[in-house]
Order: sequence, then C-alpha cells, then structure tokens
Amino acid sequence: MFVPYILPPVHVTRTVRSVCPARAGVAGLCAAHTCVRAEHCPSTWVLLVDIAGPCISSSSWEFVRKSHEMLLIEEKYKSIAKLLLSSGTCPRCVLRFCCVGSSAPYRLPYKNLADELQKFLSNDGDIAPPSKKVRLGDSEECRSETEITRDTDVNEAPQTCNLCLGILQHLCSTEFVKQIFHKVQSAGYEFQDFVFSVSLPPQLLVREHSAWLQAQEEMRRQDRLLEKADIIQLKEAYKWIIHPMISEELGVQAVSKSLFEVGVVFCHQDTDEDCHFLVTVCKDCFKPTKNKQSVFTRMAVVKALDKITDDDFVTHFPWPPSTPKTTCQVIDIQCNHASVFVAGRYNKYSRTLPQTPWVIDGERKMESSVEELITEQLMTVFQADSFNFSSSGREDVDVRTLGRGRPFAIELVNPHRVRVTEQVMKDLQQKINGTDKIKVRDLQIVTREALAHMKEGEEEKTKCYSALIWTEKTIRKEDVEFLNDIKELKILQKTPLRVLHRRPLASRPRIIHTMKSEYMDEHHFRLYLKTQAGTYIKEFAHGDFGRTVPNIGSMMKTTADILELDVESVDVDWPPALED
Amino acid sequence: MLHPPVLEIHSHIAFVYSRKTRGHLEYKLYVCSVIIDLYMAEACQQFPSVVDRYFTRWYKTDVKGQLYEDYCILQHSNRICVITLAECHPVLQSGKNISSISYQISANCSRLQNKVSGKSKRGAQFLTEFAPLCRITCCDGDEYTIYSCIRGRLLEVNENILHNPELLKEKPSTEGYIAVVLPKFEESKTVTEGLLSQTQYEEVLLKRTSIPDSKVDL
Repeated sequence: MFVPYILPPVHVTRTVRSVCPARAGVAGLCAAHTCVRAEHCPSTWVLLVDIAGPCISSSSWEFVRKSHEMLLIEEKYKSIAKLLLSSGTCPRCVLRFCCVGSSAPYRLPYKNLADELQKFLSNDGDIAPPSKKVRLGDSEECRSETEITRDTDVNEAPQTCNLCLGILQHLCSTEFVKQIFHKVQSAGYEFQDFVFSVSLPPQLLVREHSAWLQAQEEMRRQDRLLEKADIIQLKEAYKWIIHPMISEELGVQAVSKSLFEVGVVFCHQDTDEDCHFLVTVCKDCFKPTKNKQSVFTRMAVVKALDKITDDDFVTHFPWPPSTPKTTCQVIDIQCNHASVFVAGRYNKYSRTLPQTPWVIDGERKMESSVEELITEQLMTVFQADSFNFSSSGREDVDVRTLGRGRPFAIELVNPHRVRVTEQVMKDLQQKINGTDKIKVRDLQIVTREALAHMKEGEEEKTKCYSALIWTEKTIRKEDVEFLNDIKELKILQKTPLRVLHRRPLASRPRIIHTMKSEYMDEHHFRLYLKTQAGTYIKEFAHGDFGRTVPNIGSMMKTTADILELDVESVDVDWPPALED
Repeated sequence: MLHPPVLEIHSHIAFVYSRKTRGHLEYKLYVCSVIIDLYMAEACQQFPSVVDRYFTRWYKTDVKGQLYEDYCILQHSNRICVITLAECHPVLQSGKNISSISYQISANCSRLQNKVSGKSKRGAQFLTEFAPLCRITCCDGDEYTIYSCIRGRLLEVNENILHNPELLKEKPSTEGYIAVVLPKFEESKTVTEGLLSQTQYEEVLLKRTSIPDSKVDL
C-alpha cells in the first residue's frame, strides 16, 4: 500500500515522465518510493511511499522536501549569495556560484526563487519536517510553472543580471521557446530527438571570472576553497531550465547526442568591450586569422583568463561588473541535421562526360558530369543544403566505366528529409537511370563509417581495363603475343605530367598483374589489363616522355599511343549488392 | 599531292643541290628534310599524337644569339612546360654525335640536385629565362649550353639522356626532353609571350632556306 505525498507542482520537471528526477539523488529512497504524476494535474508530482516497505526516515524526507522546495544552497556559500545578490546578480546566477548542482531550484519560477533566496538569506532557523500524513495539494498549486515564470519574468522585469546578461532571466521565457519552436517548425526537418546548443558571447567569461575572484575571496575568509570548476556553468544551468520547455513544445526529447541540432547564438553588443583589455595584458592570445570575424573567440578569452594574474585582472576589470541596460540578443537560431550518406556504383557510357564538373577559371569545359547527374535527384529527395561526392578512384573524361561500375558515396549535408524508404531509393535510382550517359546500381543509405571500405579499395584493390593501342611501326599478330606471358610486371611511374601541377612529384612502383592482347590490324591491337589500383594506364601505354618505365612502346620497341580506354571493373566489394 | 610549301621546299633542295656547295648547305638540306617530315607526319597520322593532344608547341630561335640554336617548348594545358630542342638545333643535325651531357652548370650548382616536395613543389630551383639548364658536348668538340627560356620552378631534368644521349637525337620532342618547368600561376599566360607559334616558326624555317639568304652565305 502506498501513501502519497504530494509535492508542490513547480518543483518537478515535466520532461521526465515516469520517474521524478530528484529521486535519483535522494539518499534513503529506494524503488519502493516512487514519484508519479498526479493524474488530475500533470505538473504535480506525488511521492508514493510504500508503508509495507522500508520506512522513510525523517532525514530522507527532509532531503526530498529540500530538493523540491528549497534551494539546496549549502550554508557555507551564504556569504557568496549575499555578495552577489547585492551587486546586481540574478538569483539563478547566485545558485550557480553557490554550486547548486541540482536542476530543480533553477526551474523554480523566477519570483518564487527570488523570494526563497531572500528567505534563505534572512532565515537561519530549521523548518520542521512534515508529518507523515497525507498532504493534499490545493488547486492553486496546480498552476503551470511556465505561467508563473511568465508572470514574474515579463511583468516585473527585474534588472538585467550583470553575470548572465539576462540569459537566465529573459531568455528562458515561454515566448523565446515559442520563437525557437516556430523556427524549427518552419525549417521543416525530420527528427526524433534533438541536441540543444548555445553559443554565448565571450564577455560572459570575463564577467564570470570577475565574480569567481570575488567569491573565492569570500571563501578564503572562511578558510575554504572555491575552484572555478565547482561553479555551475551558465550553459548548464540554462539547459536545465530550457530543455524541458523546448522538449515539451517540440514533443521530442532533448538529449546529449542527437543527429538533429538546434542552436541559439547570443550576442550582447553593449558589453563587447569587456574583453578588450585582455589584449593589452595578453597579446599573443589574440592573433588575427583569416576566417575569424573577431579575435575575441571563447577559446582565446579562456586562454587569456588562464594566464592573467588576479591583480592585473582586478585593476583592469574592477568588481562589480556594470549592470547592462539591455538583455542579450538572439542573433540566430540554427537548425542542422547530421549528414546522410548515400552509396552505390555507377557506369559511365560517355566519352564526353567528366566525373565531376570541369571548370577552369570559372569557365565550364563540359556540360554536366556524373556527379551532377546523380546528385541532382538525391538533393530533391533529401532536401540537403549541399553535398560532397567521393568515389573509389576516378576516370578521365574520355574513359568509360563498364562492368559492375565504380563505387561512389555522396554526403548529403544538412538534409531536411531523412526517413527515406528502400522503395523511395529504388525509385530514385530509376529516375537517375533515365539517361543513357550513366547507370547507377545498388543505391542505398550507408553509415559514415562504412565509407572507409570505399577508400580502402582505392589503395589496395585491383582494377581491370581495356585499351585500344596504336603502334607507329607495323605489327603482326605475333608481335603482341608476348604480352600475354607477362605476369606481375613491376613498373615505375613518375607522376604524370598531366597531373603534376596539382600532385607531388614522385616515382611510384606499380604492378601490372596480367595483360591480354587482341591483334586488330597493322597498327592497332586491344589490350586487356589487370593492374594495381593507382596505375596510370594511359601513361603506361604511351610512356609519358619516358617517365613511365617500362611502357608498351618501350616493350614493343616502337612509339605507342592509346586511342580508347575503358574501365572494365573496379574490384571493391562495397557497397553491398542489392536485389533488383 | 604535296602541300604547296613542301613543293617549294623541294625546289629549294633542287636549287641547293645544283650549286654543289658545302658548309651551311648541309644544314639547309637538313632543315628542308625536317620541314618535309613535319608535313608528312601531319598527313600520315589520322589522330593527333600525345604531344599534339595535350600540349601547345612554342618555339624560340637563335637563343642567346647563337645561330640556329632553336628550342621547342611544349606547354601543357595545365601550364607545365617541357623544354625540348627543336629539330633544327645543330646538336640534332645528322653527322653530329653527342659525347656528354652535364647538368652541372657551375662549380656549385647542379640541376641534378634539384629536389621538389609536396603539391606546391617546395625547394625547386627557380629559373629565369636565361638560366642555363645543361651543357651538351659533341664529339667534334663543339659545346652547347641549353637555357630554360621559361621563367618558373624547375620540377625535373631528364636523367635518361645522361645514360643514353641518343634519346635526344631519336626523340627530341618526347623522351629526349631537357627539363620540366612550372611557370608561376600568374605568369602561366605570359611566359610564352615572345615565343613563336608553330606557323610562325615554319615561316622562319622557310626563310632560312630561301634563295637570297643562300646567295649571301654561299
């Protein structure tokens, strides 16, 4: 039999739907004590105590009660709380500097929190533990927490906090959460959970440092220490407050790792100058680079604060920090979905179609490309921002790729649609194959990790080719037969002149595993080759100014040239073959 | 049916022969045969050669004021330049034999020590237009210095011709190349300014075999 204790509504998170979050940290509570939501009022949690089970001790109850009703500020931090509150710091930042590591107090409505804090600072007496009788929640307690939050935060408009610049005051309002919701909604993504990220202006670090130095001073007076790491980070406290609100609004969980990210970027122009004095003290932390808009990155500021002496800091940035007139501004709400990878194999049947767009000096050399023919369709379905095409090696514009084709993979960056069924993929493949220039098979969604298989093959696997060779001297059938008997021929290839402008100069050993010749006429024969990946076939045929040795010409003691080349197979077993 | 210029050359040969003179005559004959080869090759091959497919031929005549010391610079569409001797260079004349080739251009500078690394070809020797690349010594004692003609980074020299100088004579525009030079990106269009195109060069060759010139020389 369970005896319910009703906990006041505002203290309970609404994200965790089955187990009260406070329970985890409560000593003396066991599985027999369960927190559930009151049916009549979803924001009220009820602690069920099994009277047949182990008895709940009064100290345990005290803990439960405190964790829900009190601020959980340890007595030793009282002086810090007093100091900060009097200098223009908001109650939530006070909690942070008092090292309150539980989320519940931060979620208290702003007004309640402020009152509680006042009470805590003025009252030293103990509160009697409640009787073990059933306490029924009165209806007033059923007001939703957000309602209360709005009432206090907006109507009373407290002074903007000098530490969080209003982030823990105004930027966790229902309005702001609604704004985020609309942004996410209108972006039109498919997602099942999300990770919430916050980008804070760097001057917050300076203000934080300033407050920490003061708080540390306070603690020293009591012969205690206060490490910077003990303070609850603004980001963390902010997430404790806003996660449940956004989760509720979006209807999915905020988690620490997700494919979908919602990010907010804050800035506060009025106080941007807070950081500037650091340059005079610590020049080498702030070196301008090409891609940075400002030298005052969070990383640089953290580094500088680590280096600066306390005295220097206090001289340049006296306590307390100014109270800003305005609140942090939201400059961006970003949505981003992790990339989706699509793989397959392609055939190329055209000798005038490059693999990737061929652009020189901004001028297009050839119309279309394999890459474009494939991705055009993919982009429509996945609604991605951009893509990256990669493949297991590549072929020249005038080379065909036959057989089972060449493995490729496409990274779709920031896709809006991600739930794509096998049937849709099949239809997509059919659509791509609507041209006679290329053909795609085994089109499928793969993981990022699986792409390694493709790149592996680029180095290690073999490739088969068919080449049409021309010789300067007239040849008879017997003149090309000797090629059939050559196995595992070692050749040395200097980086071909045609790619030397963009690749390092090197002499690379390559192996021609087998060759098979087919005599055609006095000046022509067809040559089938199986070679190590990375062999330049054209250069093996004409010799590239004698820079590939031996070559077909040198072996046949004439000048040879290659008129046509086809890739017959790329021997990589990835991606897995699909049924038609 | 022969190309008109070829017919013209034939008449020149006939003329030159009729004078039965020596000295420059031999050279002129050689030039004529080169021109004929050029036209014949064009007529015979149905498709362009590797050089013609990917490279543009540029010529420089009488380099450093040395009569008939002509060069052919092959510029790839990717801006890389291959320095070769034009067929009319005295070194390649029939009868001449190369005794040695040296890339040691001064006491403490050898083109063989040129080392490049990475995509950006760090460490390359930088060549100006008149930077010497190598010296060719012939059996008859004549010595020729070969110059770069192109401003740029030296990527490689042809070590094969050290062991086998005959390559230079047999395949001067492919396996017998002298060096590979990479012009600066911003200079890739301008490095060939002042060089002669294929047709301009052919005109120069025709002039060399022309009658007034012969009269003066002979």
